[in-house]
Amino acid sequence: MSHPIQPPLPPLDRDTIREFGPTRAYGTDSRVRAGEEPDRRVKTHCCFCGQQCGLQLEVKDNTIVGVEPWYEFPFNQGMLCPKGVKRYLQQDHPDRLLHAYQKDPSAASGFRKLSYEEAIGRVAESIERIQTEHGRDAFAVLSGASLTTEKCYLMGKFAHMCLRTSNIDYNGRLCMVSAGAANKKAFGIDRAANPWDDILGAEVILVAGANVAECAPITTNYIWQAREHGAKVIVIDPRITPIARTCDLFLPVKPGRDTALFSGILQLMIENEWLDREFIEEHTVGFEQVADLVREWTPRKTAEETGIAEASIRTAAEWWGTAKSSFLLHARGIEHHSHGVQNVLSAINIVLASGRIGKPNCGYATITGQANGQGGREHGQKCDQLPGGRDLGNPEHRAYVADVWGIEPDDLPPPGVDAYEIMRKAEAGEIKGLLSICFNPVVSLPDNNFVRRALETLDFYVAIDFFMSESARYADVVLPGSLQEEDEGTVTQVEGRIVRINKVVEPPGDARADWRIIQDIAKALGRDQGLTFNDPGEIFEELRTASKGGVCDYSGVSYDRIEEHFGVFWPCPSETPEGVPEPGPQGTPRLFEPGAWNPIAKGAGPFYFPDGKARFVPTPFEGPAEDVDAEYPLILTTGRIVSQFLSGNQTRRIGPLVDHAPEPKCELHPRLAARLGIAEGDWTTVESRRGTCTVRASVVATIRPDTVFLPYHWGGRKSANQLTVSAQDPVSKIPEYKVCAVRVTKAEAPPEYVDSLEPQQ
Amino acid sequence: MPVPETLEFFVDPARCIGCQSCVQACTECDTHKGQSMIQLDYIDRAGSTQTVPVVCMHCDSPTCAEVCPADAIKRTEDGVVQTARKPRCIACNNCVLACPFGVPKMNSEASLMMKCDMCYDRTSVGLKPMCASVCPSQALAFGTREEMARMRPSATPVNTFRFGGQTIRTKVNVMVSADAPDNCIDVTAAMFDASTGHDVLDDVFGEVGQE
Repeated sequence: MSHPIQPPLPPLDRDTIREFGPTRAYGTDSRVRAGEEPDRRVKTHCCFCGQQCGLQLEVKDNTIVGVEPWYEFPFNQGMLCPKGVKRYLQQDHPDRLLHAYQKDPSAASGFRKLSYEEAIGRVAESIERIQTEHGRDAFAVLSGASLTTEKCYLMGKFAHMCLRTSNIDYNGRLCMVSAGAANKKAFGIDRAANPWDDILGAEVILVAGANVAECAPITTNYIWQAREHGAKVIVIDPRITPIARTCDLFLPVKPGRDTALFSGILQLMIENEWLDREFIEEHTVGFEQVADLVREWTPRKTAEETGIAEASIRTAAEWWGTAKSSFLLHARGIEHHSHGVQNVLSAINIVLASGRIGKPNCGYATITGQANGQGGREHGQKCDQLPGGRDLGNPEHRAYVADVWGIEPDDLPPPGVDAYEIMRKAEAGEIKGLLSICFNPVVSLPDNNFVRRALETLDFYVAIDFFMSESARYADVVLPGSLQEEDEGTVTQVEGRIVRINKVVEPPGDARADWRIIQDIAKALGRDQGLTFNDPGEIFEELRTASKGGVCDYSGVSYDRIEEHFGVFWPCPSETPEGVPEPGPQGTPRLFEPGAWNPIAKGAGPFYFPDGKARFVPTPFEGPAEDVDAEYPLILTTGRIVSQFLSGNQTRRIGPLVDHAPEPKCELHPRLAARLGIAEGDWTTVESRRGTCTVRASVVATIRPDTVFLPYHWGGRKSANQLTVSAQDPVSKIPEYKVCAVRVTKAEAPPEYVDSLEPQQ
Repeated sequence: MPVPETLEFFVDPARCIGCQSCVQACTECDTHKGQSMIQLDYIDRAGSTQTVPVVCMHCDSPTCAEVCPADAIKRTEDGVVQTARKPRCIACNNCVLACPFGVPKMNSEASLMMKCDMCYDRTSVGLKPMCASVCPSQALAFGTREEMARMRPSATPVNTFRFGGQTIRTKVNVMVSADAPDNCIDVTAAMFDASTGHDVLDDVFGEVGQE
């Protein structure tokens, strides 16, 4: 076995960690004193995943001291996962950034404090200098989908109107953009087609690549409630996740072969005439081409490609094919691929062939990952997008938004590049400056040794964050932003329901609401036209107008309407053409209902194309970008665990969550472990062509024997993304987090970090 | 105020997803903030992701109280077995050793036995306990018997347990399959049943092994 190049290792950063953490916070003082009544309880939502569970935060003296269930909020009815229960410990945290900082190599931690005004001045100067010397596009912006929709809207406006740079993108690019792109290709709209209530009462529930119990825990109850009433649950996953443990049919797919599986299922549906011919005829186009393409996917061939028993594939097709009602849910498991759009389209094809969409208990949805995974991908912070789901490349759309913003359409830049391409351009010296918010690329992007190099190459990097994230440690200036509970606004959760985030406490020290920081930079640049909002409510009012008439129409939504009805589902236009009924008080919970009107089809049909018909899109099967070989013979797949969230910048600072699963472990099957001489708990090195990671082994029979799993919530040398490949889907640009080739060995010695870092660091 | 008679606690281990939300929420209880009274463990992680939450079952004749030499453990009229009373508890550990469900814990720092009191501060005012409020899979549920029958027609609540010669009835119910033969769970008998986990799993991946 050859070891050509020793893969690079991230620095241990001991001194920076000493000053800025991550350290673990536990409840102390007023957070544990018995018998003390809080000053008030504020109804709001969790800051973490896309479910956006309603909860109440208890406040005493500008400190959040506890949580109380919010039983009336219909989506979760008081239910919370452990992150929701303990989320409040991120506030009043010892690691919280209370000041601005600037890089200072002479300081032990690498940073020294800076006044807020001075920091804003330095940022503005650097932007001005870089854009003057190298052109507007030389300054890029990376934003995030955990921000409120108001902030996401403002970030798009800041980049496109104030900086006039093409190069803005967001971390939803790593999340579910392949689902979004596929939904637009098939339905013309990118939103869950149904509210979660439609899961209850469905006859068959198909869960593809979604570790529901750990990544969207509340959805578990919906699925099991359906099962109590007779639903059959089919789970497609390379691991027996908690939701798979008790499912009715488990399909242990080989990572990267989802299109083959869905093609095989569709072929069996066609063969057995388990189709809704009337629906296909009346409401879709393109079925014949798809039918031609899947003909080759016989059960035998599908079984060989996917590693699933032929009998299981036949059973799945029969259950799905003959069901009267159904709900198909998928998540990153089929989306995080270099052919993610095809995977999703092939899943949509079996939904369209069944005709079971747009009706009660007949549903389809991707399970969004981030808090505002839905709203964050609608209003103009994506590299090719304008508010309302409009396109930056479409002259009509440009004209409409330019008019709302009071500028000329030509003042808007052309579409830019995706988040990873921004890193490539930075590394190549083409992009010189970067502003990031709500994004921790050093942990979250694939092949992150490359990402570190890109950040080091930048002339100037400013990070807005509430904690010193692994990425902020590379910044020249760090500005103290706001936690979710320190600001107000709206987010749009997994069902397409817009909910209200209420402010609970004030930002501490020099920290500011993020939208104020952005506006302060614009002002210091002398380019604050259109960026002089006084509160998030004013931003929302403009967003309503900017989204009006677009696919993601928020024009009929108001804060009051949201609070009154426990959320409003978009589209919710403020006015409809004559003869078209206005949406109900809750907006549009279910899409594609027979006779539904939309601004693209204008009454021709329920789908968002001029003819009102959904599209079957052919999905030729392609394997993963990096397949296994003799040198790297195992598949690495990555994902989440229940007690941590994304890059862990928040959850690795919450003591009780860290204690649940302190460090990443490499899951591998006992048969594989025996062959490699690895026992439970052994230090194990996982190595790819790009990086290496030594963690303890978890030998479990709940994973395919040809696959190993690493969770990706940790930074530095514990980061799974040192290993992953930066191959991207050609359409959506989502990276392939779910498949790369690795070799696994028993480590000769414990890793160096063991002696100097705590588990969460 | 007593816990309303119509509201009952139901445990369905088959639904448990091991998320520890109950454990975390238990530490939010005002009477023992920072400490959980719930145990949640994997049965056999090497073979399965199956986990089981253990809350106090609130026995009709609580063994913990029966063996207490200091008469520190009280069962209130509404059937809730309270945590040990501080002035009386002598931290002898009798209850910890005797409880057939393994529930009471000794807090050696406070020299006090502590256990789940079904969130008495909440349930006695008609609220759900914290654990059953937050449980995302509703493996822990709190409500009326009628609600449960309507929502889970394929399961039935059982509250009689046999430990060898000892039969225990509890306030807390465990959900079992509606067509289970017995209305009693024979715990000691089940201890000697072989685990089925490994066989099932080997079969699942039987055809995909790339040996």
